[in-house]
Amino acid sequence: MSPKAAQAPSPLSRMAPHLLLVPVTIVTLYPVLYVAKLAFSGVGGTSASPWPWPEVFSLDAFSEVVNRTDAQGTWLFGRQMLNSLLVSGLTTVLGIVLACTAAYGFARFEFPGRRAGLLAFLATQMFPGILTMIPLYVLMQKLGLLDSMLGLVLVYATTAIPFCTWTLKGYFDTLPKEIEESAIIDGASRLTIFLKIILPLSAPAIAVTALFSFMTAWNEFVLAYTFLSQEAAYTMPVQIRNYVGDKDVQWSLFAASSLIVSIPVMALFYAVEKHLVGGLTAGGVKG
Amino acid sequence: MAHVLLQDIEKLYGDVHVVRRLNLSVAQGEFLVLVGASGCGKSTTLRMVAGLESISSGTLSIGGRIVNDVSPRDRDIAMVFQSYALYPHMTVFENMAFGLRIRKAPQTEIDRRVGDAAKLLGLEDLLQRRPAALSGGQRQRVAMGRAVVREPAVFLFDEPLSNLDAKLRVQMRIEIARLHKRLGTTILYVTHDQVEAMTLADRIAVMHEGYLQQCDSPSTIYNRPANTYVATFIGSPAMNLWPVHATVETRGNRQVVLLRGSGLSVELDGKIADRLTAAMTADHRLGNGEWTVGIRPQDLHIARGDAPVHARLPVEVVEPLGAETFVFGELADPGEPLPARDPATRLRRESASILRVDAGQLVADSEELPLTLDLNRLHLFDSAGQRIAAADPEAAVAIPAIALNFDKSPA
Ligand SMILES: Nc1ncnc2c1ncn2[C@@H]1O[C@H](COP(=O)(O)OP(=O)(O)OP(=O)(O)O)[C@@H](O)[C@H]1O
Ligand SMILES: [Mg+2]
Repeated sequence: MSPKAAQAPSPLSRMAPHLLLVPVTIVTLYPVLYVAKLAFSGVGGTSASPWPWPEVFSLDAFSEVVNRTDAQGTWLFGRQMLNSLLVSGLTTVLGIVLACTAAYGFARFEFPGRRAGLLAFLATQMFPGILTMIPLYVLMQKLGLLDSMLGLVLVYATTAIPFCTWTLKGYFDTLPKEIEESAIIDGASRLTIFLKIILPLSAPAIAVTALFSFMTAWNEFVLAYTFLSQEAAYTMPVQIRNYVGDKDVQWSLFAASSLIVSIPVMALFYAVEKHLVGGLTAGGVKG
Repeated sequence: MAHVLLQDIEKLYGDVHVVRRLNLSVAQGEFLVLVGASGCGKSTTLRMVAGLESISSGTLSIGGRIVNDVSPRDRDIAMVFQSYALYPHMTVFENMAFGLRIRKAPQTEIDRRVGDAAKLLGLEDLLQRRPAALSGGQRQRVAMGRAVVREPAVFLFDEPLSNLDAKLRVQMRIEIARLHKRLGTTILYVTHDQVEAMTLADRIAVMHEGYLQQCDSPSTIYNRPANTYVATFIGSPAMNLWPVHATVETRGNRQVVLLRGSGLSVELDGKIADRLTAAMTADHRLGNGEWTVGIRPQDLHIARGDAPVHARLPVEVVEPLGAETFVFGELADPGEPLPARDPATRLRRESASILRVDAGQLVADSEELPLTLDLNRLHLFDSAGQRIAAADPEAAVAIPAIALNFDKSPA
């Protein structure tokens, strides 16, 4: 036994990373815990105590959020949740379907305007979203798409598609060319190769990209707040913001609805997690 | 099964000339191996035959049909890649069945063909595995199986064994030879392993910088290399090459050819001398006498008894390999005393002369060995590096065939 190599690290050096990590974890988690405390403390109660744990435990805030209706008796919570799901879902589907094909084209074919197209896609990602807000508003108004889900989906897609295209192109570039050449010699058409070889091999990348674009749309606030004015058309982030209006600040409702809104994203994350483990192409080619 | 014909095939990437005026004919059922140093254009040639690379000019036909503009799927070929290129998300069975499914073969047919191929390649127990769960040799067999099930007219192999370890490579080499015997399919096989080339090929095509140097049976390539490039490329260790100056002298009523230079002094008489003298007057390319003498390490012997001494080799390095021993050094100039070698100057391996002796023979470092050449196994090359056919023992028969080769090879 070599005494030096076999020696375990000293307790102090094992502790050192934790001295840093533990405080960082606390700082990160504290606001989340504080929101949870507000949500579980019943309606109307605000607490001055910094301790992130409810003093009285109550689900009133949740039931009020979930059961909200408007003057006509429309179930607002259900409506807005559905809005959010549809807008995010459609944006993701539209983004992924168009981006997969576009990315494959960019990754595999030489055509006039290929570089320009890629750069244009990149350029749209470089400007802050705010920049396009006013032109977009005018466009939407002219097209009569304000307060409509379709309008919001289109707006979100303008950022989702370039993002997804770049991410997926980056992944397609890493897929070995020989696998496709093999398929070409096996007699497969480009479409068959895309559907039967490329897509299955890219499942992890597609899952991650989809999750990202879903989350972006799900959490998006500024554009939705600008384009939606009727309560029944709101997405959840707009509604959450509404709970802390100028005159009427309802922290507990804000907190409860924030927690509810984070549930689908967390669920999705767990569902997709197994795809996040890469290595699907392992074994296809050597080296 | 089909024969493959490449006529004046060229490949340019921009202005980079990768394959130049390549003429090659692979007979039906023939196993043709394409060898050459890295970057000489072997893969490019194979990929043009496969249809993965466009042909800049020339005509490619497979089975009598011109296929320059035919898509790979309609060329009736199957290819095995160096990197295997299996479909990682499919089982071994599906990997092999993919091509058949694309061609809409009925399920019973697929089962039968995949079953047969699996049996042929010993893959029966692995059919439900994914490529990631296979060893390198097994993956290589799946890649071959995928080609076999298609029952193509031509197999194309691009260095299929170069990713395997030495032992597995020998085993797979034997399996490929067996496969060829069983199926009798035309094979075009790229490698830079000369052992693979010598053992598998019906004919070997040697390429160098885009040019075809020689295409012949393994024994012809080895025994009658068409030029100095082929001479040093095939055979290990490489053939000794010494530049010499050839002159003709008259001894009584006979003529002899003297080869002098690089520390070598050889006198050729008899029929060889007659043929060479005749050739020198007939062929202006030989007339200047600036030739190169080539001899393989095993055809160079330590001179004993009354054997003529053609050269002297001060021994610099001795490499005993068990069954045989290789001796390295640089020929001493006979006219001059042994140069006192500066110990700092190391032996230059590329230019060193190599002698093979039996393992039992003791050779001491810095000994000076008298050498004699086996004149029946002498290779002579002209100033352009092309083989001088007149020096070959049965030259009378061999001249026409080899002369033809001369004209085809690049100047
Ligand atoms: N797309 C390309 N553009 C320009 N040059 C290329 C291209 N592809 C290949 N080449 C060049 O063509 C030459 C031949 O390449 P090729 O792959 O046929 O070599 P090879 O004989 O198969 O070598 P190896 O034994 O290393 O596989 C090389 O010099 C290479 O640099
Ligand atoms: Mg190659």
